[in-house]
Amino acid sequence: MIVAQQKPLEEIKGMIADAEKVLILGCGTCVTVCFAGGEKEVAILASQLRMATRLDGHEKEIREFTVQRQCEYEYNELARDYVEDADLVISLACGIGVQTMNEQYPHKMTVPGLNTSGLSQPTEQGVWEERCQACGDCILATTGGLCPIARCAKSLLNGPCGGSQRGICEVYADKETPCVWDQIYKRMAELGQLDKLMEPRPAKNWHTSRDGGQRKIVREDLRL
Amino acid sequence: MSDNGYIVGSNLEKALRAGYFVATGELGPPQSADRREIEHKAGYLKGIVESVNITDNQTAVVRMSSISVAVMLMELGIEPNIQMTCRDRNRIAIQSDLLGAYALGCRNLLCLTGDHQTFGNHPGSKNVHDLDSISLLQVCRDMRDKKIFQCGDPIKGQEPSFFLGAAANPFADPFDFRPHRLAKKAAAGADFIQTQIIFNVPKFREYMRRVVDLGAHEKTHVLAGVAPMRSLGAAKYMATKVPGMEVDPEYIERMTNCTKDLPSLAEIKAMDNPAEAKAARAARQKAAETEGIQICVDVINACKEIEGVHGVHIMAIEWEQAVDSIVKECQIGPKYDPARQAAS
Repeated sequence: MIVAQQKPLEEIKGMIADAEKVLILGCGTCVTVCFAGGEKEVAILASQLRMATRLDGHEKEIREFTVQRQCEYEYNELARDYVEDADLVISLACGIGVQTMNEQYPHKMTVPGLNTSGLSQPTEQGVWEERCQACGDCILATTGGLCPIARCAKSLLNGPCGGSQRGICEVYADKETPCVWDQIYKRMAELGQLDKLMEPRPAKNWHTSRDGGQRKIVREDLRL
Repeated sequence: MSDNGYIVGSNLEKALRAGYFVATGELGPPQSADRREIEHKAGYLKGIVESVNITDNQTAVVRMSSISVAVMLMELGIEPNIQMTCRDRNRIAIQSDLLGAYALGCRNLLCLTGDHQTFGNHPGSKNVHDLDSISLLQVCRDMRDKKIFQCGDPIKGQEPSFFLGAAANPFADPFDFRPHRLAKKAAAGADFIQTQIIFNVPKFREYMRRVVDLGAHEKTHVLAGVAPMRSLGAAKYMATKVPGMEVDPEYIERMTNCTKDLPSLAEIKAMDNPAEAKAARAARQKAAETEGIQICVDVINACKEIEGVHGVHIMAIEWEQAVDSIVKECQIGPKYDPARQAAS
């Protein structure tokens, strides 16, 4: 799923400095599941901002609303009255939700309350690890089902670099992030497919990734 | 391939093809635009090694560019081995720089992935990694042998022909994959390999046994990476703090014992006479440096006996003065190898 983290309160305060009436708009999908932008987080941020602006000498009017999916117009339409009444909207959705709101309500500024940080898997309670970089040309069939583009710090395609030690990648300060190429090697060994790792893999075509520009899928079979 | 049978005919290629046990050196460019530093370091390397590697922003710290330093070295009469990483340039910039490097006279090229920028002085930079070391080798080989750019377009004029190198780390994990990774690099076009610094000879011997079993030593020339330790502190640092390095406890012991008959650091600190303390400190340093060089010599002599090893790459970064003593003691390289003298 898409995961995100709330921005520091000071940064959010800075973005709403010129507004009197502020709507905090949550999203009920990915960011609710990762405890960053659901109804509960909207309520907490609203309380924080009410208290913080009161302490700063001028309490702002903070309202709350959460839609099911902020990346779709139909759901955001349900928030119209709240949006129209506000000077500014803080979106607690991912970057897609923020942009959908700005498109849908061009006369209102919607600012991001979250930093969107990846396509991740919840690996344990309170931990999300990036798994996919949406490169547009999936190679998981050849790498034991583990993605070196998202999970190797250098996105290497031909095996582990010299900084792989006892299964750990040298790049991360925590010194416990696994080297994905070490994991790939072990998985391929278990599957009896090490031969797939022995042939040099040529340069990847990154055109399908962000490097080709903004990606757009058009499915004629689904269009009305 | 040129008319004379050599790929490019660099000193390095010729010495390897002639079957000599070769020695290459390394020079780290300055973190400034000061050419004098290069001239100073180059003076210690001239004439005693086949070619000198010039690092490409090693450890992701901004330094003078490898290709520009290569030109300065050629002006000083030293054959350069330029290094190119995939961290800072995409395939367009890499190919462009290599066209220029060839036109400027560079003939040896080491293809690397590059240290991650987290370790350097610009950790907020964006890394590229459009290619990796192995796909970079393929691109360079195809430019040379097929006269095509990576996109497939023909190179209509002079193609950039380099004697191609790659790095290998026998001490990184998973160990079982490491010989295969070297073989992959050979298959992708590496004419020579320079390894990580070796301070664990038995493990390197086992690694090379596997490389030989794969037949990779016949497809590429393996140069064992070596370096002199300058102090016990440096030895311990390499043993514990540098990922992908292993130091045999025997060498730590030797670096410890070499100063045991001299006044200890605590005793020096307690000395009343500053001149006496200074001399005692200098004596300790001298003893450590002598032992560090001797360990390096011992590693090289051990490597000479390992099948598939065709020479050494001496990385005496910021201690270039040590290289002459090392190659002299080991009787290797263009100046001190008796076989070379006989041939010339």
